[in-house]
Amino acid sequence: MARVDLVYFAWVRERIGKAEETLELPESVVTAGELLAYLKTLGEEYETALEHENVIRVAINQEHVDHHEPIAGAREIALFPPMTGG
Amino acid sequence: MAVRIQRQDFDLAAEVRALSQGRHDIGAVVTFSGLCRDEAGTLSALELEHYPGMAEAQITRICEEAVGRFGLQAVSAIHRYGEILPGENIVLVVTASPHRQAAFDGASFIMDFLKTSAPFWKKEHGADGSAGGWVSAKDEDDSARDRWSKD
Repeated sequence: MARVDLVYFAWVRERIGKAEETLELPESVVTAGELLAYLKTLGEEYETALEHENVIRVAINQEHVDHHEPIAGAREIALFPPMTGG
Repeated sequence: MAVRIQRQDFDLAAEVRALSQGRHDIGAVVTFSGLCRDEAGTLSALELEHYPGMAEAQITRICEEAVGRFGLQAVSAIHRYGEILPGENIVLVVTASPHRQAAFDGASFIMDFLKTSAPFWKKEHGADGSAGGWVSAKDEDDSARDRWSKD
């Protein structure tokens, strides 16, 4: 089990119903994409928030990564929608 | 290079001064500022959420790339967060170079990447009191970014 801090933003945060949490992840969760799939098994709110997995952006330790990226060694993983700043 | 993420407004003239003061090698300064529109009277405010830490880190990465790619002499970028009313400033980019094209291109490059990769999200509040929704990312913003990777 790996312990990781998860942070959520914008409608991902609203749909999950919290801004951050710390989770123990099973060792079978290797990549960012597998993390999304795992989170969707945790409850309806996660399922709704992460329904369209391909639009969810992932950052590991505050750097963008794609869904194939391994999450080993991550201290903080952020999940959020496409960005709309500027 | 100066990158700031802040709640408060900025003064465009003061930022240009800060960037060029005491230098005699700069030939061109370009500023871009983005403001909050009222969307024909239907919008009362924007709420800007950001990812503290990463927002600054990501804009810094974008500015560093622009400095290298266009040979910019100086860059300042400021992005505000929190509630922003129509007519108020949201973002400022100032670039400086010996000749104008690099400063124009640098500012444009920074804005195109900032819009698609800096962790900010806009939520609209309606003039009719409705909570409104999250602004959707636009395909044309992706296209604007992707033109920089063409030959």
